[in-house]
Amino acid sequence: MAKVKTLDDLKKMRADLQSKITLRENSDRPEKMVQIKVSMATCGIASGAKETMNYLIEELDNRAIDAVVTQTGCMGYCHSEPTIEVHLPGNDPVVYGNVDVKKAGEVITKHIVGGELLDGIIPTNYTTPDEDNQK
Amino acid sequence: MRDISMHILDIIGNSVRAGASLVEVSIEEKSAEDQLILVVKDDGCGMDEETVKNALDPFFTSRKTRKVGLGIPLLQQNAEMSEGNLKIISELDKGTTITATFVRSHIDRPPLGDLSGTISLMVSGNPTVEFLYIHQLNDEEFKFDSREVKDALDGVPITEPGVINFLKQMIGENLTEIGVEL
Repeated sequence: MAKVKTLDDLKKMRADLQSKITLRENSDRPEKMVQIKVSMATCGIASGAKETMNYLIEELDNRAIDAVVTQTGCMGYCHSEPTIEVHLPGNDPVVYGNVDVKKAGEVITKHIVGGELLDGIIPTNYTTPDEDNQK
Repeated sequence: MRDISMHILDIIGNSVRAGASLVEVSIEEKSAEDQLILVVKDDGCGMDEETVKNALDPFFTSRKTRKVGLGIPLLQQNAEMSEGNLKIISELDKGTTITATFVRSHIDRPPLGDLSGTISLMVSGNPTVEFLYIHQLNDEEFKFDSREVKDALDGVPITEPGVINFLKQMIGENLTEIGVEL
């Protein structure tokens, strides 16, 4: 049976990882990087936000795009989970709803790389019926 | 929630939001007693007695973005469906411990699910919080400590995709090694 990985193996990988990071120009300037927040509360998790997040991390790494993918709480769009917020440097953040793995791929190709907006954006002035009633 | 790993990810979200600096997750599987016990313990802000009672109510939440809070009730439902139960012990400013007990062989006991992916994601997704994860299967044990990982990384961020991937594989292999069925 193959040897089980331990933290010692991680130490051996360290030099490689370090050199990969220094190659990236913006790694110490997060504001210059693409920032993606994945909504990961009960609603998001139940809808598959974990798969979306894993995919985003892997795919962005594969394509060597400088990006930080982090978790956030519920943004209140439980009806459209999984939701992600994409923040390109110098642009306003955009929230996409119903982002499965396929949609996440499109967001990377068309929005992050291509710079065009896709269907499925939740507008910032969106309010729930509840909030409307309070007005 | 389809499996226990998703519940873990969910409950940890509460701990992180409670400002915890250390979250301990433990899963104990005992074949002889036919039990599976999940414990999530944090050193966050804790809750008063009133809030602890409310936490089990699906229509209670401390959030402002929506009116329901299903994380704990869903875990309780899954535990009770497999003839187990859920207990919350909490003290203000000290932290909260949630214990969910399942009958391990019960037909309604959810599978453990993608534990390696969940643990690696919780560690990398919350780089400022430390995690301790202990999995016991009868006499075998696997221990994972994010502080040890960070020591081993010596400055390389734990959010690096290469690191996340490695941790996922490491946890998966170690769990398989002690005989955990995911």
